[in-house]
Amino acid sequence: MNTATISLGASTSSQSRFLQLALAGLLGIFIVGFTGFSHIEAVHNAAHDARHSMAFPCH
Amino acid sequence: MSVFRNVVFVAAIAGLLAGIVLACLQAYATVPLILKAEVYEQAGGGHEHPAPAAPAADAGAATTAMSTPAPAAAAPAEEEGWAPADGAERFSFNVVSNIVTGIGFALILVAFSEFAGGIGNWRQGVFWGLAGFAVFTLAPGLGLPPELPAMPAADLLPRQIWWVATVVATAIGLALIAFRRSLPLTILAVALIVAPHIVGAPQPASYDTPIPEGLHHQFVVAVTITNLVFWLVLGAVVGIVRGRFTGQASNLRDSFA
Repeated sequence: MNTATISLGASTSSQSRFLQLALAGLLGIFIVGFTGFSHIEAVHNAAHDARHSMAFPCH
Repeated sequence: MSVFRNVVFVAAIAGLLAGIVLACLQAYATVPLILKAEVYEQAGGGHEHPAPAAPAADAGAATTAMSTPAPAAAAPAEEEGWAPADGAERFSFNVVSNIVTGIGFALILVAFSEFAGGIGNWRQGVFWGLAGFAVFTLAPGLGLPPELPAMPAADLLPRQIWWVATVVATAIGLALIAFRRSLPLTILAVALIVAPHIVGAPQPASYDTPIPEGLHHQFVVAVTITNLVFWLVLGAVVGIVRGRFTGQASNLRDSFA
């Protein structure tokens, strides 16, 4: 049942592979959400220039 | 959890490198324009966000979450909440923000590309980077162009919702075009990509701004180009690092390059 043999992390079952990839993607979405979208004032101010320079909706 | 660990490892290296490159580009291309805009902003009456509806929700989030000790009361002058001091501190926070955001985007890119077979080499990485640029910079930037401080804008939350919806629709659309070879699905993909722009991004009540048109135009160009370079570097580095990791180049199911 090993469909994912020659990708990152050899020979894991395809179901567990799907879960782990989804988890990694969610972690990425969480991180981008925190730096780019958080309404917490201190986070906004710390990442201010980066937010503007990456064209996140700001202010 | 070996897949998760490897994805995080590849994404961390790629995000770190691309984030540093982006921060360096910003230091020359975009941050000087932001500082210029802040001069106009100060002249127009202090650093106050133009949308008056947002602070109610903001204050609630800030007090319940943690952050600043006394959010509103401690800032009688102009600045609300803590902010890095201008100069080296502000620059370092910008570098850190870019690296963290870069790693976040890299995690998304690596995870999604693994579903499609993985990025086999730097050239495939460049194509994946182009897709990331189209999804995360180009598509939302059409409706919500990069803003300078003191630019008029609609309420924050509707804009954030439109931004996320546009990114998701464009990503699904591009994936359908790239990985499903059927005409009806391609037509659906085009509809998905076009739809957010027919709905339209939230617009400000008034377009009055102290920011000169030329300055804003310069900023839009600078943001677009710096983000293009960021995404190309990000994709290429993922391709290189992942290739080293698996020792297997080009095992992509649907190869572009």
